[in-house]
Amino acid sequence: MALELLVSNIWKIYDNKPVLKDLSFVFNKKKVYAIMGPNGSGKTTLLKICALLEKPDRGEILYLDSQKRPLKKDINLFRKITYVFPQVGIFNASVFDNVAYGLNIRGFKKKEIISKVEDVLDFVGLSHKKRQNALTLSSGEAKRMGIARAIVIDPEIIFLDEPTAFVDAENVKIIEKILLQLKDKGQSTIIIATHDASFAEKVGDVILRLEEGRFLL
Amino acid sequence: MEFLIDAFKNAFFLIVSLDKELLEIITLSLKVSLTALFFASLFGIPFGAFLGLKNFLGKTVILILLNTGMGLPPVVVGLFLYMLFSRSGPLGFLQLLYTPTAMIIAQFILAFPIVTALTQSAIVKVDPIIKLTARTLGATPFQVALTVIKEARYGIVAGVIAGLGRVMAEVGAILIVGGNIAGYTRVITTTIALETDKGNFELALALGIILLIISFIINISFYIIQKRGIPPNIAWL
Ligand SMILES: Nc1ncnc2c1ncn2[C@@H]1O[C@H](COP(=O)(O)OP(=O)(O)O)[C@@H](O)[C@H]1O
Ligand SMILES: [Mg+2]
Repeated sequence: MALELLVSNIWKIYDNKPVLKDLSFVFNKKKVYAIMGPNGSGKTTLLKICALLEKPDRGEILYLDSQKRPLKKDINLFRKITYVFPQVGIFNASVFDNVAYGLNIRGFKKKEIISKVEDVLDFVGLSHKKRQNALTLSSGEAKRMGIARAIVIDPEIIFLDEPTAFVDAENVKIIEKILLQLKDKGQSTIIIATHDASFAEKVGDVILRLEEGRFLL
Repeated sequence: MEFLIDAFKNAFFLIVSLDKELLEIITLSLKVSLTALFFASLFGIPFGAFLGLKNFLGKTVILILLNTGMGLPPVVVGLFLYMLFSRSGPLGFLQLLYTPTAMIIAQFILAFPIVTALTQSAIVKVDPIIKLTARTLGATPFQVALTVIKEARYGIVAGVIAGLGRVMAEVGAILIVGGNIAGYTRVITTTIALETDKGNFELALALGIILLIISFIINISFYIIQKRGIPPNIAWL
């Protein structure tokens, strides 16, 4: 079942300054969309509005199911989308427990949780860190953990806000590899906000430039 | 000088010989204080969590009242409960005066503001990103709240330990409502007060030593929990 994200005529104004100006777009493919733009151009604002973490001042966000019916913005929809923050958002717990979080709250069986979490930790190269407190990870490891924690719940749409911020060149390469593999699997729509042009070009299928509150296509 | 040495000798003898009266008093002390603490935590942790998680009109007033409650003089609590529970008082019919139950209620009143206020402060100290992260991973509002509470766990436990420290050392309230009846409502602190008054220093001293040890243990636990509660810094942020 494909989930379609319809962004229609979104406005967001901070201090009388429009950050998003009548922005419209449809995210409807299991592809990687890279939203590019300098700092302060409104990428995070847009991503948060799309992920239903914030409300637009005008315009509407719609999620449509495969029959193009709009979905109610309830917990069932929230559980189909996820967001990875630039600073990840790390629980004071082990790497394993951090990654298991989404499965635990969905009531998965213990055995299933263990196998899913171990698979995904293997996928992002963090198996050897699973017992470590996640707060002590390096930035690159923490970012990978954030991605693992997002994909383990099989979301329809993943929002990644600055996945390469704070990260060294070596880890950027690892993250690129992870995203390219994810793209090949084609299970999720991945929407990335980044100011890193070379990264965007490497992983993005569709590159969207955010300027003056709109996409330059 | 000799008198002091003798008193200490006899006190130690009482402790090592596990004197029956001594043990009874210690057991009742722990029973009263731990029961009071149990109920203070049972109500104080959820209430503190609620205050830490929700904003509503009048919250500031409640927080100020709680902070006042943290410094409530035990004798005043004792006086207040005495008036409530005395034969002519509004709750006199319950016949609670001079019972361990009255002592538990008194210590509950002393511990509740501490547990509640420290829980609230532990919860508001949790980084807002935790709440958002829980939400974006699909947590229901209730699961989000539980996650934030869990993240504040060390601070909350520190609050409970602080509450225990307060009630274990307190004498004013339980002396008034408990009456220090031998074999029934005598606890460590009230016995010390009474026996010292009578010039019976051995038992008082033995209990004083025990109380110091308990207080030492409480403070070490508080210190350890507080230290563990400081999450490791995220070096890259
Ligand atoms: N909560 C807010 N209050 C006021 N201004 C904000 C707020 N959030 C974002 N802004 C402003 O909106 C603009 C876009 O910010 P943001 O979306 O974070 O940009 P980006 O992610 O592209 O760096 C910035 O000028 C920022 O200062
Ligand atoms: Mg941003």
